[in-house]
Amino acid sequence: MGMTVTEKIIANKANLSQVKPGQIVQAPVDFAFFHDNNAPIAIRQFSRLPNASVWDSSKVMFVLDHHSPSTTLRAAQHHQNIRDFAKKHNIKVSEVGRGVSHPVVAEEGYARPGRIILGTDSHTVGLGTFGALATGIGSTEMAAVLATGSIWLQVPETVKIWLDGKLGPNITPKDVALFLLKNFGPSFLNYAAVEIAGPLVDSLNVEERMAITIMCLEMGVKNAIMPVDEKILKYINGTQKTEKIFEADEDAVYASVVNFDVSSLEPIVATPGLPTNGVEVSQVVGIEINQATLGSCSGAFLHDLEAAAEILKGRKVHPGVRFVVVPNSSRAVEKAARSGIISTLVEAGAIFSSPACGTCGGYEVGVLAPDETCISTTTRNMDGRMGPGGLIYLASARTVAASAVMGKITDPRKLGGGI
Amino acid sequence: MNKSLNGKVFKFGDDIDTGQIIPGKYVVLTDPDELASHVFEDIAPEFKSKVELGDIIVAGKNFGTGSSREHAPKAIKFSGISAVIAKSFARIFYRNAINIGLFAITLPQVDEFKENDQITINLNEGKVINHTQGKEYEFELPHKVMLDIFAEGGIIPFTKKELNLK
Repeated sequence: MGMTVTEKIIANKANLSQVKPGQIVQAPVDFAFFHDNNAPIAIRQFSRLPNASVWDSSKVMFVLDHHSPSTTLRAAQHHQNIRDFAKKHNIKVSEVGRGVSHPVVAEEGYARPGRIILGTDSHTVGLGTFGALATGIGSTEMAAVLATGSIWLQVPETVKIWLDGKLGPNITPKDVALFLLKNFGPSFLNYAAVEIAGPLVDSLNVEERMAITIMCLEMGVKNAIMPVDEKILKYINGTQKTEKIFEADEDAVYASVVNFDVSSLEPIVATPGLPTNGVEVSQVVGIEINQATLGSCSGAFLHDLEAAAEILKGRKVHPGVRFVVVPNSSRAVEKAARSGIISTLVEAGAIFSSPACGTCGGYEVGVLAPDETCISTTTRNMDGRMGPGGLIYLASARTVAASAVMGKITDPRKLGGGI
Repeated sequence: MNKSLNGKVFKFGDDIDTGQIIPGKYVVLTDPDELASHVFEDIAPEFKSKVELGDIIVAGKNFGTGSSREHAPKAIKFSGISAVIAKSFARIFYRNAINIGLFAITLPQVDEFKENDQITINLNEGKVINHTQGKEYEFELPHKVMLDIFAEGGIIPFTKKELNLK
């Protein structure tokens, strides 16, 4: 019986010729990372394993991204403990200011085809863009992984999503992500693997693809995976010895196969409550906003800064709006600085914060007062996510930038063209 | 495993996310009791004063959706809750719950339960008994891997045994 890509990765790692959905296997871990929200508990739990040693420190990284640079005394103490633990066990630390774990792990070359990658962050699924099985686990389990280098996995069913067509002007990969979420809802793909492929995926650059795979978590997926093509190989400097690139068998069994043509896609906005609450922008235009945010692993790549700059060039942020930009990686900042994008954004009135998770989790950056409204490229909009009582609309960088200019939710094609 | 869990029911709806279980501002806390003192603070502020040791949460679908923060099941467990019954769970929450020793089972009939019903979960027989309503339900026991971890009290004691650490 044929296997899907996810099944092949699991079978290969578990040294089995065949695996089936539902089966539980033990598999070695290729890379594991902890962020500063969950590392403190993991370190505490690891200390409950007497005389345990780290299974392979070269395969582990700490990323200081959630409270970065340290936002409170407590966060500063956590950072200090993490640095001490890392030094003791010879583990790498991605320091404050470097960026959010997922883009950083990708940029540092740890996300590679066929690997099993674990992070103490739910959006770890985005690293499946590189043809890896990447998923999030909790801190206590990660403490156990740190000692064993191994994890039990239940083989998930795979759903295949085929994306055809070309995006219209001012329509972005984030709109595609919010469109998929709207279609599948918050738990339809719970525990499932999703394979996302098709001409649209081929046309996107690596980071644009990550903007989609990261958001797949909000549909409950165990992992999201995309095909390994020339763009991926170039990004990771080719394959290494013993590295295998898996493709699905012709007779692979999928739980379902869904096709979408994105050619006539409208800008999508997720209304407050859940990221899956997507509606076409026309249904929410005119809603007044207090804050507009570019931020998060999924919504503050270089391409997001570029998109916002295109809309904001020669324009000003509305006086009633705080436009907060939290890039997701220091590399994005370097590139944006060289190309003049940062000047454009700052001249328009953007407030820049250092690369981190920032506003996305309400981590003391860009928190909302009760009843304030924000439109944001971040990952989540559950009640209270940016502070109790604050309302969050999720949208693309173009929709966010256009709304920042107008002071209310705005179709980016009004300012950027395309209608 | 010879165990039964007894308590009164606290009802929650669908898609309760980890931020509603424990708001983001508290994730700098690591002490389980301190976490528990803020559980459901925004969405059910009365919960903390009503919960007693052994009580059971009965929720809708996709319980624990959102972030990977283990602070969520931990805050629930250390508030005194012994188990969560839901129509379905978000993947990471479920794994986290078992790994820290909070029992979690799925049951399609959760809508039949009412707030404050007295119930028992019999882990041996895979049964939930609703004493208040005089009803009994069968549930599918989790896979052996998870039961073994739960039986040891969580993945840390389990790993300690596996690796023979002393």
